[in-house]
Amino acid sequence: MRTLTNLNKSTEIADDMSADSAVAREELKGEIKGASPLARDTVTPGTHPNSRFHESAIKHVTGRASYIDDLKAPADALHVALALSPVAHGRLTRLDLDKVRTMPGVVDVVGFHDVPGHTDIGPVFPGDPIFVEDEISYVGQVLFAVAAESHRAAREAVNTALAQGIAEIDEQPACLDPVAAAERGEFVRPTHVQQSGDWEQALASAALVVEAEQFVGGQEHFYLEGQACLVQPTEDEGVIVHTSNQHPSETQKLVAEVLGIPFHAVTVEVRRMGGGFGGKETQASPWACIAALIARRTGRTTRVRLPRADDMRVTGKRHPFHNRYRLGVDEQGVIQGGEITVIGDCGYSPDLSDAIVDRAMFHSDNAYSLGEARVTGHRARTHTASNTAFRGFGGPQGMMVIEAAMDDIARRIGEDPLTVRKRNFYRPGRQTTHYGQQVDQIKLLRELVEQLETSSEYWARRRAITEFNAESPIIKRGLALTPVKFGISFTAKHLNQAGALLHVYTDGSVMINHGGTEMGQGLHTKICQVVARELGLDTDEVRITATRTDKVPNTSPTAASSGADLNGQAARDACVKLKQRLFDFAHEHLYQDQGLDREDMRLEAGHLVAGHGESEQRIPWGELVQAAYINRISLSEKGFYATPLIHYDRNVGQGRPFYYYAFGAAVAEVSVDTLTGEYQVERVDILHDVGDSLNPAIDIGQVEGGFIQGMGWLTSEELKWNEAGRLISDGPATYKIPTYGDLPPAFNVKLMEGHPNSMASIYRSKAVGEPPFMLGMAVWSALRDALASLADYAEAPRLDTPATPERVLLAAEELRSRYDSAQLERGAP
Amino acid sequence: MIDFMLNGQPCRSDAVPETSVLELLRETLGATGTKEGCASGDCGACTVAIGEPGPNGELRYHSANACITPAHQLNDRHLVTVEGLAQGEQLHPAQAAMVACHGSQCGFCTPGIVMSLFTLHEQQRHAPAPLTPQRLEAALGGNLCRCTGYRPIRDAALSMDQHPENRPLWLDAAAETKTEAHAPSADAAFLQPTTLAALSDCLKRHPKARLVAGATDLWLESTQRLARFEHVIDVTRVTELNEIDEVALEDGRSGWWIGAAVTYSRLEPLLDEHYDAFAHLLHRLGSQQVRNRGTLGGNVANASPIGDTPPVLLALGSRLRLVSPEGERELPLDDFFLDYKRTALREGEAIRAIFLPRPEAGQTLKVWKLSKRREDDISAVLGAFAYRLENGVMRDVRLAFGGMAAIPKRATNAEVALEGKAPDLAAFHAAREALSNDFQPMSDVRGSAHYRRLSAANLLERLRLSIAQAETDSSREVMLHAYAH
Repeated sequence: MRTLTNLNKSTEIADDMSADSAVAREELKGEIKGASPLARDTVTPGTHPNSRFHESAIKHVTGRASYIDDLKAPADALHVALALSPVAHGRLTRLDLDKVRTMPGVVDVVGFHDVPGHTDIGPVFPGDPIFVEDEISYVGQVLFAVAAESHRAAREAVNTALAQGIAEIDEQPACLDPVAAAERGEFVRPTHVQQSGDWEQALASAALVVEAEQFVGGQEHFYLEGQACLVQPTEDEGVIVHTSNQHPSETQKLVAEVLGIPFHAVTVEVRRMGGGFGGKETQASPWACIAALIARRTGRTTRVRLPRADDMRVTGKRHPFHNRYRLGVDEQGVIQGGEITVIGDCGYSPDLSDAIVDRAMFHSDNAYSLGEARVTGHRARTHTASNTAFRGFGGPQGMMVIEAAMDDIARRIGEDPLTVRKRNFYRPGRQTTHYGQQVDQIKLLRELVEQLETSSEYWARRRAITEFNAESPIIKRGLALTPVKFGISFTAKHLNQAGALLHVYTDGSVMINHGGTEMGQGLHTKICQVVARELGLDTDEVRITATRTDKVPNTSPTAASSGADLNGQAARDACVKLKQRLFDFAHEHLYQDQGLDREDMRLEAGHLVAGHGESEQRIPWGELVQAAYINRISLSEKGFYATPLIHYDRNVGQGRPFYYYAFGAAVAEVSVDTLTGEYQVERVDILHDVGDSLNPAIDIGQVEGGFIQGMGWLTSEELKWNEAGRLISDGPATYKIPTYGDLPPAFNVKLMEGHPNSMASIYRSKAVGEPPFMLGMAVWSALRDALASLADYAEAPRLDTPATPERVLLAAEELRSRYDSAQLERGAP
Repeated sequence: MIDFMLNGQPCRSDAVPETSVLELLRETLGATGTKEGCASGDCGACTVAIGEPGPNGELRYHSANACITPAHQLNDRHLVTVEGLAQGEQLHPAQAAMVACHGSQCGFCTPGIVMSLFTLHEQQRHAPAPLTPQRLEAALGGNLCRCTGYRPIRDAALSMDQHPENRPLWLDAAAETKTEAHAPSADAAFLQPTTLAALSDCLKRHPKARLVAGATDLWLESTQRLARFEHVIDVTRVTELNEIDEVALEDGRSGWWIGAAVTYSRLEPLLDEHYDAFAHLLHRLGSQQVRNRGTLGGNVANASPIGDTPPVLLALGSRLRLVSPEGERELPLDDFFLDYKRTALREGEAIRAIFLPRPEAGQTLKVWKLSKRREDDISAVLGAFAYRLENGVMRDVRLAFGGMAAIPKRATNAEVALEGKAPDLAAFHAAREALSNDFQPMSDVRGSAHYRRLSAANLLERLRLSIAQAETDSSREVMLHAYAH
């Protein structure tokens, strides 16, 4: 059921919730009439009418959902394998591809000099050659590609070719240290600075100065479906590309440029991805370009699917970061100002690193006012794969520095870290970020954290844990609450646009296409719900097939959590336009003699309804559509949306880059074995803000999944390279994402209620893809809390991430060696 | 030729020896419901169920990773894939529960998860038992999901019984339909002997053939390194290698000869009864899919320095019975591991059985495995410690480690330091010191040499604390409950 909360108590509302939420509520009041689509939903997920199942759920569980490598292809389709550089840095001095052409099963071999069009496929800035021409920049860079009659034949040919030494490489020393690279000024993009006020003065006059460094590790996306595409040549000069891809329009552009043909000759289709997480935003394109090249050369359908180890070596990851902070605080631990420096390890080329390091900078405050601060972001170049988008897009790495600082400040002044966090939250008078954006909904954040404090029994458990630790020499428990404030919008302003294409067929069935892609996040389900709401239909009557560049052109990537915000509005726009046209038609042709109010018409429960009570008129949707068709009214419409208000001046590092912020908080409790570094997450409580949820079940799924993925990033997921720059954690045997047993035994996840988005987003919902990822920081902070007990809470140990059992053990040993060398002996039971 | 039943229908196909079940399904048969996530048996996306006759002739289904299961091992078996479960629009409870709980997001791992839930559902039919957290962890720990965070999947597992029992009839009927008789030709490349004599004959004719049981390691050579196998001898159907014989040895000890092809899953009840610590380790060895197929013989013969069972068997003083065309011989396990991945096995020789001694009165076994992830991970360090307490001193101390040297190896210096001593600080301090002479571990992707040295020494400290805890009956925890046994 749908219910409305506190609508008649508007005076209380202003006190209860943040002023902005109250304004949003007021705006909505006029719209809310019973079950109107803008009514707020307050029912628990699972049972909620908006908790539609994923549109593909039945296809998923029966194996009928097709992924790229499941698509049927002609019997003569070619299979591609990539030859990857075995060295991190060097020059390719000779490449004898002719030898490869005659190997068993081989049909075509392509390298740099076989490309008719552009050879640089850098997505935003140049720097990503499709194949190595001369300079080799990382282990895994593509030297050439082989197309053969079978997948195995292609891979065997590559192995044989490399073993026979057809590629000669003059190996050179590799740079794998981003800090050293930054010191030498080796950057993929220029350094950016954001500054507010006189940070030096703030530091100089502060009662205390707290400073530290940290290393925050990267993360492999580990989408379960690896990179894959299938390319068919068309009868013209072009290709049709089926790809597992978050950014079809960019792939269309790059494929066209590589082939040297107009964009309209390339159609890119994405039905669904078996996971994306950012790893298929820019890094799904190279394989499509290579396959397209081969498809055009041979006239045969061409497949690429990267074996897992190749996928992990060749594609970039979440950026590892080296962060430093120096903050001045008062006696209460309140930040007065200071400086933060983040160094993103970008790998060998820019890719999206400019925006990613920017986002790390934008989030180095997380939910706290930095006061007068300078934030500096470097983009270091190293000889590894080009690091790329990954859920949170630098935001998580930026937040880690200030969350470390919160713990450190708390230990310095002898307060609970939660107390210090709350003192530093954005608050009246300290409401402006270091990049000049006003944080609205500051009361929402405070209320959210207070609710969670209560529901998680934070303080009672804090006392219990302190008592437990005093009595337990080996096992130590830790507890932490960490908040999230995440800015929503692409920081590249032009990407904040979306299109949609709505078709109504004469049987009344509805087809919606939009620019967003489905990677499991339930975007298509939400868009169907939006259209069904607008047209007063059941969601079953609305269908989305696939995302195609020939249906909705010039689209933005499905990224930055923006999928539903942007495409939902575009879809709604199309529906509203079509609806108005149908109302006009009905008013003129169907109700002309009855004097019904045109403005009062509505679509609900499968009918066009006009008037009220006894004068109410209802026409079934199917009849309306038929009548409109017969009367030559167009039943197709396109929609468009561009996010208003946002701007950012990179020259001065000031602006309002985000349309709004999404909030959340998590409480995690851990137990740590200080003899081995093993640990266990005992309980997690989460309260997360999605405004008015479009689909509570899907949103809960995003929150839970995001949290677990964030926890994995900070705990078990360790990327390791050897000294030669080769990734040695190159498969699930060595790279450990969370598995079933890592699900906390107690896992209480709730969506915040009563706070619609303060901005006019789609039905006042909020983006949910990325923000929950950073809730995982609570686990890391809880580990530090447990370890701090070894120092009687006088300090929080440095704990770089991922906090593997090894790092936890070494941190424990280090503290013990300084605080209590006799602890082991005294600890005998 | 491979003759088997696929979702209730007879199926016959030919394949080169190194073909996996997944390749057979996806590439030869065009059945693409089963997904490839890693082709190394680590993610579970390709999970299928394989049925073979149980004790009463009825079909019993177990889960397996199709990507590293040799296609030829399907002979006379019943393969169930995700496409087979629903009957028209009627979903199997495993599927219906996943839909109802919002258990799929991107959907790519879903077919594998559905198949793991299916085998759990089958187990519940045959032997209903509470779905404890441990059971669910065993059932689902081998299926990686990158989207959901597993909570809805847990809910699905717990709610399968609330959905209509729509189960394809052929799941049971298939037991009666024997697949077409299948006569292996003498020159076949994939050999499937069923008796010890036939195995001996195969070894004689093809002394360089690769031996395979669960294929949980060997098949990675095919999927990852594209190896081709000229001849493969499948030992899983050799009757003698599947036996567990309880025996009394001449030296007065008793125990069990475990056939080399006995899977971990079959070993579980025996270990549950006699060796808590070993049983607990088994739950953390690979995943259910791996344990259903992997064997003790394979783990020993593979001789990996980070194999989980060899240190335990070393600590227990295990012996091996080896078989070759020349006959049989016995060997203490202590003499088996020679150097990195090199063993005392001669060309044309195979492990027939592994001796597991019965626990002696007063004997304690502790096995502790350290890894980045608790489930389905490979050890950074594994310590297996056996001893007896006699009049307050430690006797028959055997300490073995994995991950500390090129082979699974006993810490002989540390053993000497504890033998005949009271389990006190002084003795363990000496053992700790001695341990540094026993091992010079290396750094690799699973841990640094420093961490390995430190944590191995700390496992000895844990041993001391656990002895002290048992003696004083203290309630203080010396290790995390999830790791304790």
